[in-house]
Amino acid sequence: MEFLLGITGKDFVLTVSDTAAIRSIVVFKNNDDKSLDLNKHVVMLYSGNPGDTTHFAEYIQRNVKLYEIKNGIELTPKATATFTRRELATSLRSRKPYNVNLLIAGYDVTTSLPHLYWIDYLGTNATLPYAAHGYGAYYTLSILDKYHRPDISLDEAKAIVKKCIEELKTRFLFNLSGFKVKVTDKDGIREIEI
Amino acid sequence: MDSFVNKFKKSTSTWRDQDMIVNFDVTKEFSLPTFDIPPCHNPIEFLKSHTDENSNPECRIKFKHGTTTLAFKYQGGIIVAVDSRATSGSTIATQNIKKVIEINPYLLGTMAGGAADCTFWERELGRRCRLYELRNKERISVTAASKLLGNIVYSFKGMGLSMGTMVVGWDKTGPKIFYVDADGTRMKGDLFSVGSGSTFAYGVLGSGYDHDLSDNDAAELGRRAVYHAAHRDAASGGNIHVYHVKQTGWEFLGIRNFDDLHWEYQDQPKPSIIGDVQPMMLNIQE
Repeated sequence: MEFLLGITGKDFVLTVSDTAAIRSIVVFKNNDDKSLDLNKHVVMLYSGNPGDTTHFAEYIQRNVKLYEIKNGIELTPKATATFTRRELATSLRSRKPYNVNLLIAGYDVTTSLPHLYWIDYLGTNATLPYAAHGYGAYYTLSILDKYHRPDISLDEAKAIVKKCIEELKTRFLFNLSGFKVKVTDKDGIREIEI
Repeated sequence: MDSFVNKFKKSTSTWRDQDMIVNFDVTKEFSLPTFDIPPCHNPIEFLKSHTDENSNPECRIKFKHGTTTLAFKYQGGIIVAVDSRATSGSTIATQNIKKVIEINPYLLGTMAGGAADCTFWERELGRRCRLYELRNKERISVTAASKLLGNIVYSFKGMGLSMGTMVVGWDKTGPKIFYVDADGTRMKGDLFSVGSGSTFAYGVLGSGYDHDLSDNDAAELGRRAVYHAAHRDAASGGNIHVYHVKQTGWEFLGIRNFDDLHWEYQDQPKPSIIGDVQPMMLNIQE
């Protein structure tokens, strides 16, 4: 039931995740953050098997950090996504694979370009202008197909996200509690209200 | 008998030699206990066929299941309330189980799911917390303690552990509640209820909760929530245990028998809902 969404714009990536933490029929929490900052300019959104998600995300976060401490350079979004995909692909062929779906959004300071990577538990890595995970994708991708342009401004992206959330609220059977929206650009990652 | 005596003779001599520190093997003390696994192709499926009542009603090992546990934060700290019934299949195994595990004077753990799993791992958690305290000359934070448990449980993911616990306590940063379950999920929150009766408890808790509740009212709310859950949930009942966690550590507020409570509440008039509506919204925010 979890929902993750990412939209790239001219010089930023906008990411949205729902905030419901659900076990069987109970909503345990309605302000759960399903994202983790990997470094100053890369954020990772995760969904999937309850225990796996946070453990995998923290594992990746620490290894990205370790690389930076060892080598003194910040990993680019592309490098982060490649590394993460590889970890998932290795895990898939182990006895106990991680069942985790991810969106990696980042701003590449070396080329000044926003990036969005869609990664699933099978180790698929797709570079996309906009992407979504979960049932929410069935409702929102068509809206994005209609409105999204590569040179979209932040205000326009916010308007699209508003439309997507509106659609989920009217058509999706399930109350997703709320949404956490983050912007990643040259200044780093920050949470915004929609 | 001789070997038994020798064992103690030996340990006292090492104690006198004061080489206890040398004998402290960190890798041994902090390694996870190992267990025998059924020697077959798929031990997990094998275990399931003997423990899962849904797939095999004739299974030989029946887990002690069914519970109502709750914990919530309020102005005066944290209230923890639990029932005391343990069921094994459709029989009540006991009405007098302790579902709150006292990890140390500042930490409590609650028990839902497999009774053995919860007691064993929360006692192991207690041991680790004590070791942490001895090595760091400082009490462990609730965050760190819950993470210890979360990591242990996660390392056994898929092996059939069954637990839904709350690690509750007061540390430097104040009162904290963490929910940790056998999936490896660990989350911080203000109000949790776990177990088969949790939905009933949430109902009463949610409609009567207020952050500014007095100590007595908060304890009564917790007791009442578990009472209503025990009333509706066949797998919950027995006695209701209530704990209050405050800055100076936890305090046990006593046991009330469910049946006695039932007649007591029965004689009380129902609270009026119109004149006395509490300005409360379901607060599961942090």
